[in-house]
Amino acid sequence: MSGNGPSLAAPAPPPQKPKIAGMIAIGVWIAFAIAFVIYFAKAFDTTLIARFGWSYLSGLWVTVSLVAVSFVLGALVSLPVALGRMSANPIAGGSAFAFVYFFRGTPLIAQIFLVYYGFGQFHDFFEAIGMWWFFREAWYCGLLSLALNTAAYQAEILRGAIESVPKGQWEGGRSLGLPGSVIFFKVVLPQAMIVALRPYANEIILMIKASAIVAIITVYDLFGETRQAYSRTYDFQTYVWAALLYLALVEALRHATNWAERRLTVHLKR
Amino acid sequence: MNESLTLLGFGSTGWGDELATGVVVTVTLSLATLPIGLCLGFFLSLAKQSDDRLLKLSADIFTTIFRGLPELLTLFLVYFGVNAGLKSLSQATGLPDIALSSFVSGMVALGVVFSAFASEVFLSAFRAIPHGQREGGMALGLGRTKVMLLVILPQLIKIALPGLGNLWMNLLKDTALVSVIGLADILRQAQIAARVSREPFLFFGTAIVLYLVLTILSSFVIGGIDRWTKRGEVAR
Repeated sequence: MSGNGPSLAAPAPPPQKPKIAGMIAIGVWIAFAIAFVIYFAKAFDTTLIARFGWSYLSGLWVTVSLVAVSFVLGALVSLPVALGRMSANPIAGGSAFAFVYFFRGTPLIAQIFLVYYGFGQFHDFFEAIGMWWFFREAWYCGLLSLALNTAAYQAEILRGAIESVPKGQWEGGRSLGLPGSVIFFKVVLPQAMIVALRPYANEIILMIKASAIVAIITVYDLFGETRQAYSRTYDFQTYVWAALLYLALVEALRHATNWAERRLTVHLKR
Repeated sequence: MNESLTLLGFGSTGWGDELATGVVVTVTLSLATLPIGLCLGFFLSLAKQSDDRLLKLSADIFTTIFRGLPELLTLFLVYFGVNAGLKSLSQATGLPDIALSSFVSGMVALGVVFSAFASEVFLSAFRAIPHGQREGGMALGLGRTKVMLLVILPQLIKIALPGLGNLWMNLLKDTALVSVIGLADILRQAQIAARVSREPFLFFGTAIVLYLVLTILSSFVIGGIDRWTKRGEVAR
């Protein structure tokens, strides 16, 4: 006796007919895409590629290295800040809170201007303590601002992730006689990192986007090279190239995160 | 110290009045962008949960593009790209020349970016409202529009508010980018003052303090709205 006759199975939903709103919306995008292809076919210029191709690649490298270095430096700074935010000590808690609030409450571009132009006012002082080589270079100034800025955001990510680990994990570690540092690094932090993976990836994406600002203080990152190419040619496709490169970078990172999260949380799936 | 106070003072010797107009411009731009971003974001989130696959796809394309591009690049694309497009359009048709000002470009670019992020906030807020709310409204004989306005929207605002508050802070900070294409906001005025007076630290520091004041004020206002939306809940 066959249990699943055709009458018991749920009727297949009627095939969805595309509706008028969707047709119009996708029609607009298709029109955009066609216009874009026509524009690009007409404007596309191999001499431009030959002239600026390498500078775009070097700009991409500057962007990637700037983001990578400042992300790692920010991660190092964020650890004591996050611990300060979680501590019961009012001085540590207050100063960590002020640090986070300052960097999250003001525009990155103003912070970069303060470091690059503002600190230049104390040229003699920095010369005297032998730090002028650092504040003279736009690259280092951009790096410093980005690192401190991301440290404030990462501290909040880290704090949220550590606080999401149940208290019982600490207590379990303590009842096994493990010292506090071992519990933190071997028990709590690995679990917190799984929670923090997605926010960290979002933070990297936000940094890639924010790092375009350093072009304003004459760092030749991807956006800086683009501005230069545009100012030499007045050809709008230079900006379109940059847009495509940034989109490719961000999308690659987003898909890599999705993949990594699927891999790392296999043991949590039921 | 006295010198700094004179430089920051109002009147012809100081830059206080210029900075004050900069604050007005920054706040005006943010407030003018907010309704555009909210409305567009709301309709995008409706499109993302419709069963029309093409509509959903279109909304997803929009979000992918404007969430992935740097805000500064979006701003330049709008300012240079749209203006170039408008120029060639007016040349082709013989219509009078129209060009987007830096203020309008900033409004368009920041509004589009805001809406891309806001649509995700609205979408997750929609998902947090139980299905029974809509069904209950239907069972009472309310129409689709009434269910949306009277049942769903009040709960949606309450759930989406923290996320939207964050987006507002980002918007306020992103207006500083529009100074790059010449809008006379706080940062632009500080830049001019710094160049003329040769006191960059003082003026960029002041600009940062002004932004900080604006974000602190905003967080008070958002906190007030949050309490207002939760006024019907039992205090715990």
